[in-house]
Amino acid sequence: MEKTKLQQLKLQAARARLLGVQMVHDAASGHPGGSLSCMDVLTDLYFSQMRIDPKNPADPDRDRFVMSKGHCSPALYPVLALRGFFPVEDLKMFRRIDGHMSGHVEMRHVPGVDMSTGSLGQGISVAVGMALGAKQKGRDFRVYAILGDGELAEGQVWEAMMAANKYHLDNLCACVDVNGLQIDGATKDVMPTEPLDQKFEAFGWHVIKIDGHDFEQIEAAYAEAAATKGQPTMILAKTVKGKGVSFMENQVGWHGKAPNDEQFEQARQELEAAIKELEG
Amino acid sequence: MAEKIATREAYGKALAALADTCPELVVLDADLAGATKSDFFKKACPERFFDMGIAEADMVGVAAGMSLVGFKPFVNTFAIFASGRAWEQVRNTVCYPRLNVKVIGSHGGLSVGEDGATHQCIEDFAIMRAIPGMTVLCACDGNEMRLAVKALLDYDGPAYMRLGRLAVETVTDAIDGYKFEIGKGVTLRDGSDVTIIAVGMNVQMALAAAEKLAAEGISARVIDMHTIKPLDEALVRKAAQETGAIVTTEEATVLGGLGAAVAEYVAETCPVPVVRHGVNDVFGRSGKAQAVLDAYGVNADGIVAKVKQALALKK
Repeated sequence: MEKTKLQQLKLQAARARLLGVQMVHDAASGHPGGSLSCMDVLTDLYFSQMRIDPKNPADPDRDRFVMSKGHCSPALYPVLALRGFFPVEDLKMFRRIDGHMSGHVEMRHVPGVDMSTGSLGQGISVAVGMALGAKQKGRDFRVYAILGDGELAEGQVWEAMMAANKYHLDNLCACVDVNGLQIDGATKDVMPTEPLDQKFEAFGWHVIKIDGHDFEQIEAAYAEAAATKGQPTMILAKTVKGKGVSFMENQVGWHGKAPNDEQFEQARQELEAAIKELEG
Repeated sequence: MAEKIATREAYGKALAALADTCPELVVLDADLAGATKSDFFKKACPERFFDMGIAEADMVGVAAGMSLVGFKPFVNTFAIFASGRAWEQVRNTVCYPRLNVKVIGSHGGLSVGEDGATHQCIEDFAIMRAIPGMTVLCACDGNEMRLAVKALLDYDGPAYMRLGRLAVETVTDAIDGYKFEIGKGVTLRDGSDVTIIAVGMNVQMALAAAEKLAAEGISARVIDMHTIKPLDEALVRKAAQETGAIVTTEEATVLGGLGAAVAEYVAETCPVPVVRHGVNDVFGRSGKAQAVLDAYGVNADGIVAKVKQALALKK
């Protein structure tokens, strides 16, 4: 792996983190914790994996992405902006009555979004439908999705797992952002979901376990998924909720809370320092 | 003798007949193809039929995904599961992003019969109608159903349609100038004293009720309101103004469905008495279909009684 490419990916993720925290701060509401945890696997998708053209966001042969944990708009919107789907300034319109950037991920007004989500468990079924549709049409585009680990308590997720297995959707690659925390506490306490690898394997998926903040592992996992034939792939990405902002890391309280001015200033300094170092 | 056919059967055959004309048409079912009659399509076009198992929530989401890559999905299961089990999937994953998915609920209403209350969906009109942008249909006979299926396939957007289990007499083929258009009711019989606005198999009940009323010297107009949403407001207003009293009839709860839609519109724009006929906020129960309908007064005599109530209010 070229060092410069990994460096670029890290840099884009750091920039996206700053934009995500900024938009939650500016809107005084939103979900920073889970957005920061999935930012690296998401950045890698849009900057390294997906066949997309920001100038042609409706290309029928583009790869698709579904943010099944739809509250993580502060991850997806900044990544789409940095990738060139719309100006970074648009992020100021997040969660505002005079804006067009809905609190949960929304496809009709935000360029580059492939599916509106927000109600947990539903996005992954849509991703299954897109992948099934691609197979049915004989098109070669791929479909990606990110789920939360808390989201896995939704029964619909497992319905979707069975359907993807039935239709051998090897053009589908989903990723669970295993940050171990959800609104009311630790996932292992709220509703234990482990052992995840055995569960997804039993449902017929190819499972890859990685450190969700290590771009070398992320790149390798997506490559392995693309090379896997006859079954869908589930990447279990171990992550840190609130990653990149010291006082948010592994804190359940930052699931759906906005930083105040003072807290944002600290977050900004930390993330700007990271960006500066990566720009080196 | 007019053809007698269940609307679910007419639906399945119509869908199968459209398979060749529309390569984007895909049909999904949740292990009920033999009952919902989507199996006609399955036989005609197995490569575009998908059995998603007993997993209605996932089925709706998969259909949404297929619509996003250019297909025109029809999802099929019983009305109680299509509108009930998967309600929030229909709301958030189909209607909110305004996707081109047709949700088909067969076995609507009390006429499910023996299976009883768990399977007699009486709330589908109300809860589907409550979703912004949703179109809600229920055809009354085989002829209308065939035309409705074609219209739904040509319509780009979310829609719910209820199908009936029982064979019903075809009545719309005898109407001069009959044509099917989503959102446009059809006057099947003219009248001047009262208007009966009916949907589904209650259209046939309404026609029978109008005959009985005629024998008593009461002239009843009968409107087949196959589209509950968007409501044909012009036709309702005309009926209110010209006949001065309205009875609605549906094989569904009187809360929130056709009766509510008509009453809301009439109360706000052209107030005349509106009396709702249907299921009065109670669950159904097991029995032969006709016996269940009779037990709940969902029949021509029930409509006649409501018409007299409306006429009394008119005076």
